[in-house]
Order: sequence, then structure tokens, then C-alpha cells
Amino acid sequence: MRSFAAILRRDLMLAVRNQGEMLMVVGFFAIAATLFAFGVGPEANVQSRMSSGVVWTMALLAALLSLERMFALDFEDGTLDQLMLSGAEPAAVVLAKTLAHWLTTGVALLIAAPAVALSFQLPSQAYGALMLSLLLGTPTLSLLGAVGAALVLGSRRGGVLLSLLLLPLYSPVLIFGAAAVEGAILGIATTTPYAVLGGLLILALTLCPWAGAVALRHAVE
Amino acid sequence: MHKFANPTFFMKIANAVFPWAAGLSVLCFIVGLPIALVTSPPDYQQGETVRIMYVHVPAAWMGSMVYAVMAASSAVYLIWRHTVAHIIARASAPIGAMFTGLCLVTGMLWGEPMWGTWWVWDARLTSMLILFFLYLGYIALGDAFEDQERGDRAAALLALVGSVNLPIVHFSVEWWNTLHQSSILSMQGFSISTEMVVPLLLMVGAFQFYYVAVLVIRLRAELLAAKIRTARFNLAATG
Amino acid sequence: MENLSDYFAMGGYARFVWPAYALGAAGLVAVLWLSVKSWKAREDEFAKLKTARDEGAN
Repeated sequence: MRSFAAILRRDLMLAVRNQGEMLMVVGFFAIAATLFAFGVGPEANVQSRMSSGVVWTMALLAALLSLERMFALDFEDGTLDQLMLSGAEPAAVVLAKTLAHWLTTGVALLIAAPAVALSFQLPSQAYGALMLSLLLGTPTLSLLGAVGAALVLGSRRGGVLLSLLLLPLYSPVLIFGAAAVEGAILGIATTTPYAVLGGLLILALTLCPWAGAVALRHAVE
Repeated sequence: MHKFANPTFFMKIANAVFPWAAGLSVLCFIVGLPIALVTSPPDYQQGETVRIMYVHVPAAWMGSMVYAVMAASSAVYLIWRHTVAHIIARASAPIGAMFTGLCLVTGMLWGEPMWGTWWVWDARLTSMLILFFLYLGYIALGDAFEDQERGDRAAALLALVGSVNLPIVHFSVEWWNTLHQSSILSMQGFSISTEMVVPLLLMVGAFQFYYVAVLVIRLRAELLAAKIRTARFNLAATG
Repeated sequence: MENLSDYFAMGGYARFVWPAYALGAAGLVAVLWLSVKSWKAREDEFAKLKTARDEGAN
């Protein structure tokens, strides 16, 4: 438990000290969505129809961007070895790292999402659904991402590999996240997508720290 | 069960199985292909395109079954550290990926004449696509490390994570499909007549035995690779 | 002869049915061929290492 708080505090301080990373994630999110707008054309109807999918997909890709470094820096400079040797519970390490990732990347995405959605003509009745679905979905992305990041530690071509591993794992979150927003746009909102997103979050919370811990142990052995 | 963990003993059994598997596979193809291609009747709705089913459906089953084998052996490997179990998983992956790819391609060839489009985001096809990506990820992850054992363990863990993920993906895309029912064509809705069951089962048998036979060949190659590594190491140590 | 070309036409669906079977055959043969090839290659390599070891021992 002490190591959990210590890791979390240290990672958050590092993130505050070097905001470039968070800005990069938000920047990627905004730029990718802008490119999408150029791709589909300026027609408001078309953009509005696609907004739920675009905002969710771009947020997901942006979350992927910062994952590779979740453990990599600590792995390279030996901090991770020290942590594990000093008896820190690996699952607590994974959970702390995940929480730090979500508090930096996930929250940054939550703040940026309405602006991106606005530029994509998301109808006003859907902003609540967008925020709620992102709030429920992005922690799952961080948890799954932690497992992936731990798996590729020390590999060649880590970044591309990581996206190949994670995109299949991310697809259910994307489906239900985008569906929640679309339901709100069409005014046929049901609670199903939120229930599933919540269920996925609980499932990820129970399984991912454990799976990530196994992967971390393999990586430092 | 742990008796099988001994590679020498295991390969003895595998080599004994090999001629039977290879022979039965060839036999099933010889008997099954003429029935599938010639004597079985065309479907009253789908016409001759129904013959694509005799490749598509067995390929789909094999894609899923081989993944199940991979996940189970990966679990055995992670729990008991039996290298043989991991070698089975590792040797299965390319075969399973081929079957899954075949299922996707034949699905497209079936979809165009029947539904007027090469690709439908139908629940089953989409699940197979995700399965295909999982196979690719497994193969790529296993080969991505300098240290062989590290790659083995990472890949094994990924196989297990994937086996939890697949049912969730299937449920998701099924739900997603009902949500967008108006715009999506369903691949379901045709019943198999008894004349189609015989060639279908023969093709399934042919694919199954093919898998076992090729698996044995790949196991031989994998175990030789391990032997080569030790021999190299010893040579370097003494030389 | 006409029956045969009728048969190969597959009721107008020849360009879907035959490629499906051809790709199936290609996939099965390719994986089999690659597997046999790597097995043989490793067998040769192992034999070479063995002789190198025996020579080293002498």
C-alpha cells in the first residue's frame, strides 16, 4: 500500500513537472479529429452523424499514444527492478501506474473531448452521454493498456506491437462508448451501454492488475 | 498428465500419431471434395455458392478451435512451466491464423454473390476478424524479444487475455449489430439440409487431421530449434 | 463436353466458388510447405552442429 501511494505521487509529480506529454496527447486528439474533418468534408450533417464515432475513436487512439512509456522508463533505468526487489506488490505497482496514466491522459482527454465534439457538430443533447461514457470507458482503456505495456516491455518494435495487441482488446469499449453517445444523439438513450461499460470496468479492475503483475514479473526476471 | 511434459516421450506419441493424422486427412479430402464440389446438391436459395460453405465453415471452426488449444496450452505452460505446452501453442498459431484468414476470405467470396457486398460487419465475421488480429499479435509478440523465454511467456499471457476478450468481443458485436439492424445484412437465416451435412463433416475432419499432422511437423521443428540453441551454447562454452 | 463447362460455370458463380477452393488449397499447401521446409532446415543445421561438436571433441 505504501508503494502504491509512493509510485502514484512520483508519477503525478513527474507528469506535472513535464507537461509536454499531456499536451501531446491532447494535441494528437485535436489534430487527428481535425484531419478527420478534412477527410469527410465540412458538411455539418455528415459530421454530426459521425461525431460520436470520431470523438470516441480519436480519444482511444490518443490514450494509446502515451501507453508505451507507462513502464518503459522505469524499466530502462532499473527503477522497476528495484521496486520489485524491495517487495512491492506487483499488482499494486500496476494499479498505481494505471491510475497515474488515467489521471494524466484520461482526464486530459475528458477535458478536451467537449471541444473536439463541438467542432464536429455533436448535438447538444449528447454531451452528457459523451462525458459519462468517457468517464466509464477511459479507465478500462488505461487498465487494458497497462497489461499491454507490461507485455511489450523490453521488446523490439514496442509501439507498433502495442497497438496491434491492444486494438482487439479495446474494441468492446469503443463499441459501447460510441453507442452510448449515439443513443443520446438519436434520443433513444438506454442504460445498456453504460451498464456494459461499467461491467467492463469492473472486469478490467479485477483481472488487469493481476495479468499486468504476471507480465511485470516476467519482464524483470 | 505431467508425463507428457517430457519432450522425448511426447514426441514419441506425436510421431506415432502423425501417419494416422496425415492419412486420415488425405482420405477425408479424397472422399469429401468430390461430394462437396460435385455430387452434393445446390441450395434452393443460394444455388452453387453454397459450396463455398464447405471451406468457409470448417475454416471458421478450426480458427476458433486452434485458438482454444492455444489458450489451454498457454495456461498449462504458465502454471506448470511445461515447455512442451508452450511449444504446442506456438506451433499452432500460424496454422490457426491461416484457417482464420481463409474463413475471412471465403466469407467475402460468399458475401458478394449472396448479399451483394464483399464485407458485412456481421457479428460472426467481425469476431473472426478480431480473432485474426489476436493471432497476428500473438505471433508478433512471441518473436519480438531477444530472450526466447521472455517472448514465450508474454505470448502465453496474451493468449489467455485474448481468450477472456473474445467472448466479450462477440457479445459486443452482436449487440452492435442489433443496434444497427436496418443497415446491416445478417449472415444468418439459412438451414443446412442433410445432404450438406456429410460433405461438411468430411471437410471438418480433413481440416482437423491436417491440423494435427502439420502440428506434429511444426513441433519437430520447434524442438529441433531448442536443441540447436543448446548445442550452440555448449559449442560456444567449450570452444 | 457441354456438361463439363456447365459444371465449371457453377451456375454463374464460378468466379466465387473456384477462388474459394483455390485459396483454401493455397493456404493449406503453403503452411504445410513452410512447416516442412523449416523442419528440414533445422534438421540440417542440427546435423552440422553435431559434426562440429564431434570434430571439436577429437
